[in-house]
Amino acid sequence: MNTTVDTMTANKSRQAATMQGETSAQGPATPSLSIAMEDRKASRANPAKASSEKLNFWYGSNQALKNINLVIPEHQVTALIGPSGCGKSTFLRCFNRMHDLQADTKYEGAIMLRPDNVNLVGPETDPIEVRMRIGMVFQKANPFPKSVFENVAYGLRLRGINNKTELAERVEQALRGAAIWDEVKDRLNDSALALSGGQMQRVCISRALATEPEILLFDEPTSALDPIATAKIEELITELRARVTVLIVTHNMQQAARVSDFTAFMYLGELVEVDATSKIFTNPAKKATEDYITGRYG
Amino acid sequence: MAATTHLTLEEIRKGLSWRKQIDKLFIAIGLALLFGCLGILAILFFDLVRDGSSRFGWDFFTSFPSRKAENAGILSAAVGTMLIMLVTALLALPVGVAAAIYLEEYAPKNWFTGIIEINVTNLAGVPSIIYGLLALGLFVYQFNFGQSVLTAGLTLALLILPIVIVATRESLRSVPKAIREAAYGLGATRWEVTKDHVLPYSTGGILTGLILGLSRAIGETAPIITIGALSFIAFLPPSPVTGEFPFLNFEWLRSEFTAMPIQMFNWVSRPDQAFQANAAAAGAILLGMTLAMNAVAIWIRYRFRKKISW
Repeated sequence: MNTTVDTMTANKSRQAATMQGETSAQGPATPSLSIAMEDRKASRANPAKASSEKLNFWYGSNQALKNINLVIPEHQVTALIGPSGCGKSTFLRCFNRMHDLQADTKYEGAIMLRPDNVNLVGPETDPIEVRMRIGMVFQKANPFPKSVFENVAYGLRLRGINNKTELAERVEQALRGAAIWDEVKDRLNDSALALSGGQMQRVCISRALATEPEILLFDEPTSALDPIATAKIEELITELRARVTVLIVTHNMQQAARVSDFTAFMYLGELVEVDATSKIFTNPAKKATEDYITGRYG
Repeated sequence: MAATTHLTLEEIRKGLSWRKQIDKLFIAIGLALLFGCLGILAILFFDLVRDGSSRFGWDFFTSFPSRKAENAGILSAAVGTMLIMLVTALLALPVGVAAAIYLEEYAPKNWFTGIIEINVTNLAGVPSIIYGLLALGLFVYQFNFGQSVLTAGLTLALLILPIVIVATRESLRSVPKAIREAAYGLGATRWEVTKDHVLPYSTGGILTGLILGLSRAIGETAPIITIGALSFIAFLPPSPVTGEFPFLNFEWLRSEFTAMPIQMFNWVSRPDQAFQANAAAAGAILLGMTLAMNAVAIWIRYRFRKKISW
């Protein structure tokens, strides 16, 4: 039993080694045979779903992200941790071009989405196209002041699905996917604002899931919830990995440890360290990571 | 023993009772001012009702103006006012809302939109007679709309546009950023976010703004006199609804008209004392119409607030 766990951890570590620094859009570079073998092994288990390459980001003249290189493995949960203002949310919001809603922001570098190698932050890429492929769940549950059904159906309607049967089917599927179907199946036509905070957040997750995104972004999804609602959402996130690649920003290190496969530690706009979560929390390579994890600052 | 800085219980109680007295004083002043204002309005209203009491009756609503005070009524004025309000609302709502959406959701923030914004706000302060002069030159002489319901509606629509625009922008702005982000995050375009979310959620505020604008327009006299409203009209505009296809008739737009404030002005300026009662009765009705519109605005706001709470 122990051996299996160890092997899994070791695998993750090896894969993580390839996560930082991979910059080529054409898959792993091959400087030496052994590294290439490792890469192939890792990519068989979890090919990269997206990779940030030399990503810089500015709010006006203030550089918020500095040269971020990070690979997001497919069907895994990658957590972003770091003290307030370190740029983790800024980084997350690059993935669905939320910054484009604000004036005077600038991207440089790339976030390549695999396998079709679209640069998510490229000026040639339509932000709406990006948002149709990458879903997002926000810090505070933000359901529309409409019925539960209409909340979940909205993304589908935007995609031109208006057939009643199909809508009903896919809404149910999405609500089941977010483990809230049983709680709301009799209240589909009630306002989503009448639900509890945790239920609202799961409706928001359903809403994002309904459109079957390739990556689902979570921006501190439980920071406004009580421990029980938080536990439900965390359990859900770990289950979601089978369906979708997850990237989550969290302030809560226990949460990162509980839900994620990989953890990236950011500080002052830079990516300090990324590794398998078990490795980061037990044996971080960098002093700064260790200081943060042991609560010496942040 | 070291000097302690904290207060004794007596000192706390003494200080607190004094501060509470100030609190009560403020409440008293506030209430006095509030009832003072309401009282003036009430006195005005009851004075009008008393002076006009002899005239209230079905005949007053169904009679045209007349040379004899006891035969005169407000039929043409009331119908004229309603038709003008209809035109004003139908013009001011779409134009005002569209302008507000553009300014709030689409316009880039630069010096040009800055100037437009300042001007929109300033327009709200332009004296209404100026709008009347503009309308006389533009609508009556230039476009040849005549001294008609259409001209009056256009003029008053211009007059209340700033009110509608400012109220609409305020209302659009009150839709939280989180809701917009949620919609954008699902892949909505700017127009989809506006039409599916921002507009429906701010309908209450927009309608309230429109009605407050209309209740200002309903009492406007100066611009309507300027464009040449007649004060003695013994006919009604053609009916908007007809028995024959296509069942709608727009002739009424070109019809000459009179309106409630004009009728009042006309009656007040007559030497015959009996007409003063008519003016008072019409005034009470006009005031009642305004209060009713404001009540509708409050009701709409309440209904939408109840449905949507952020």
